[in-house]
Amino acid sequence: MIAMALYFGFACFGLGIFMCIWRIARGPTAADRILALDTIVINTIALLILYGVHKGTAIYYEASMLVAMVGFVSTVAYCRFVLRGDIIE
Amino acid sequence: MFVEFVISFFIVLAGVFGLVGSFGMLKLKDTMQRLHAPTKATTLGVGGVLIASMLYFLLVKGSLSFHELLITIFLFLTAPVSAHFVAKTYIQAKMKPEQLPGSEGEYGWAIYDDPPAYYDND
Repeated sequence: MIAMALYFGFACFGLGIFMCIWRIARGPTAADRILALDTIVINTIALLILYGVHKGTAIYYEASMLVAMVGFVSTVAYCRFVLRGDIIE
Repeated sequence: MFVEFVISFFIVLAGVFGLVGSFGMLKLKDTMQRLHAPTKATTLGVGGVLIASMLYFLLVKGSLSFHELLITIFLFLTAPVSAHFVAKTYIQAKMKPEQLPGSEGEYGWAIYDDPPAYYDND
C-alpha cells in the first residue's frame, strides 16, 4: 500500500516538474521563470524525500537539505541580478 | 495496517497538493496570481511528504529523526523571502512608479526610491 502511494507521489511531483518546465519555456517575464525554477526545487525536495522512503534509508535528508539551501540561494541571486544588475553590492 | 494507511494517506495528500501547486503555474493567467500557486506545493506538499517520512521511519523502521523538521523550518523561513523577491522583480519589470499605489509610509517604494537618509550615517 505504501509502495502504491509512493508511485502516485512520484508521478504527481514528476508531472509538476514538467508543468514548471513548460512555464520556464513560455513565461513572459523573468519573474515567471524564477518562480518556476523555485517550484522545481520544491518538487525536487519532495521527490528526494519520497525516494528515501522508497529505499528505506535516511541519507536523502541531507541531499534534500542541500537542494533546499542551494535553491533558496540561487533564487535570491537570480532575483538580485535581475533587479540590480549585481548580486552582492 | 492502520499505520500503512496513515502513511499512504499523507503521501497521497502531499502528491495531490504538489500537483495542484504546479498546475497553478499553467492555469493562472498573471504573474502575481501565479505567485500564489507554489505556496501550496511548499507548505502542504513538502509538509505532507515530511510527515509521511517521519511516521514511516518512526513506526516502520523504529528510528526517530529530526532532520525533517529542519527541512520544514528552513522551507517555511525561506519561502516568504523568495516570494518577496519574485514580486519585486515583477514590479520592477512591469510596473511604472506612477502605476503603483502609495506606500502609506514616510518613504516610497524600495525599488524606485532611495533608502532613508539615516541609513547613510553608519
